[in-house]
Amino acid sequence: MNSLRKKLDKLKPHFTEGGRFSKLRSVFEGFESFIFVPDKVTFKGSHIRDSIDLKRTMTVVLIALLPALLFGSYNTGLQHFRSVGIEATILQSFWFGFLRILPLIVVSYVVGLGIEFIAAQIRGHEINEGFLVTGLLIPLIMPVDIPLWMLALATAFSVILGKEVFGGTGMNVFNPALLARAFLFFSYPAWMTGDKVWTEGLTAGQNIVDGFSGATPLSLCAAGETAKLPSFMEMFIGTIPGSVGETSALAILIGALILIVTGIGSWKIIVSVFAGGLGMGLLLNLISANSYMELPFYYHFVMGGFAFGAVFMATDPVTASQTETGKWIYGFLIGVLSILIRVLNPAYPEGVMLAILLMNVFAPLIDYYVVQSSIKKRLKRAKIAINT
Amino acid sequence: MNNQEKEPMFSAKNLKLFTAPLGKENPITVQVLGICSALAVTVKLKPAIVMALSVMIVTAVSNLVIAAIRQYIPDRIRIIVQLVVIATMVILVDQFLKAYVFDVSKQLSVFVGLIITNCILMGRLEAFAMGNKPWPSFIDGLGNGAGYGMILVIVAFFREFLGSGTIYGYPVMQKLGVYSAGYENNGMIILPPMALIFVGLIIWLQRSRNKSLIENK
Repeated sequence: MNSLRKKLDKLKPHFTEGGRFSKLRSVFEGFESFIFVPDKVTFKGSHIRDSIDLKRTMTVVLIALLPALLFGSYNTGLQHFRSVGIEATILQSFWFGFLRILPLIVVSYVVGLGIEFIAAQIRGHEINEGFLVTGLLIPLIMPVDIPLWMLALATAFSVILGKEVFGGTGMNVFNPALLARAFLFFSYPAWMTGDKVWTEGLTAGQNIVDGFSGATPLSLCAAGETAKLPSFMEMFIGTIPGSVGETSALAILIGALILIVTGIGSWKIIVSVFAGGLGMGLLLNLISANSYMELPFYYHFVMGGFAFGAVFMATDPVTASQTETGKWIYGFLIGVLSILIRVLNPAYPEGVMLAILLMNVFAPLIDYYVVQSSIKKRLKRAKIAINT
Repeated sequence: MNNQEKEPMFSAKNLKLFTAPLGKENPITVQVLGICSALAVTVKLKPAIVMALSVMIVTAVSNLVIAAIRQYIPDRIRIIVQLVVIATMVILVDQFLKAYVFDVSKQLSVFVGLIITNCILMGRLEAFAMGNKPWPSFIDGLGNGAGYGMILVIVAFFREFLGSGTIYGYPVMQKLGVYSAGYENNGMIILPPMALIFVGLIIWLQRSRNKSLIENK
């Protein structure tokens, strides 16, 4: 480590202002701070620079995503072997799935980071670490069979038009990973919906065994076939068809614990999303007009992307509400809308993506009213104090 | 404008009336007028070209007519007079389209009629034709129609090419054989929101090349 530090120190002058490679400064800084804690200190005033910078925050989120990724790999293999009717060990399934998911991750990172690097050089900004998480989130919310060029296109779309035009990391209105998914959802619906896309090899017309449909729990519900649903426990553990990382509520729960314990993800948002889902679910249970509405409310938490969206998407600090009261409102409405879209809109079996993107738009408005009402309250208090 | 000297028909000033709306004073990308129809008729190239020509003719001729009678229009009812002129022109164009290119006329549906409400028209009549001679007004109308049409055709070109894989109805993508390589048409580009994004991209491109268009903060 020491020799590496010395080498970096030797190289550093070339990358500072006036050096030979000063144009590539942000690339150098990006790699340097990836390995070492940044040595920047503040000079004036009483501010303290926390060494937990963006990069380290992002690393924690990546660690929190690992359980979902590992389980996703296993489940991809499991679903594949089930569809062709072959008995496979856990390790075989995992390895098969891992090899299928790896290209998705590589494409998403290469395209996204490539654009971020170029944009940072043009603007003279630091390299934006924000993409470290987005780059892993994108493959986790895709069906495994998505063609790679579509993934690359969607990643480029979301990074350029969702992020860079607004000014880069920290300025985006929408969650970039969800934007990539929404782009594909509306551009190539044949690859993003239906029963075939969720299991490896089905779109290529592979022979499947009798009785395997590949339908996700949500599409079963949307078709009114709630009797065919897998058991609650099965859906909780996640051995069901679905997007790569979203199936296992258990793996997501582990990730959620990591985020909450380290204080990186806002527990208020996570809790309020579930509260919103619970409220809406109970309301629909009360109405019970069809078999979907009669479904116990807690089933919604383990089906589709609800848990994944609540833990990893809604908590995105950039696009969520910033105020503490705002976070409760923001999360609650995401939960309500997700279930509402799922159950009542036949065109969209899953509502989490659209609910979060819609609330992303409203987050600044929620913040505005929370701040205004706080100002009003304090003003009132101050007036009473003066009058008495 | 009151000089009695006779100006040559294609003086530099008059030519500028035509070229300015194509670039720095473009009705769509700079003044952000006429966006609705730009979103609605740009799915395919053919309707977009027909729409562009229609708007060009309507703006030019209404400008000419209003400029010719501008001295006699009572100030208080000028908007109504302008509307009557525009509506007459639009109906003429509409009937012409129905007679000669019926299929396109059907595709454009209400949007030909809605040229009446296109902000570019009223804007040019109020801002230019009411205070200028007929000939410069005619050129101004032609220029603004062309500036509008130019953006329409650019957007329609990309939307048809990427969304349907054709150019002016000719199946380019199919001839190139990209479908067998796994390529698919982008379904989102056919939806109106994508036209807005394309217009946005053109605005971005224009402003990055022409810094004087960027507003001071």
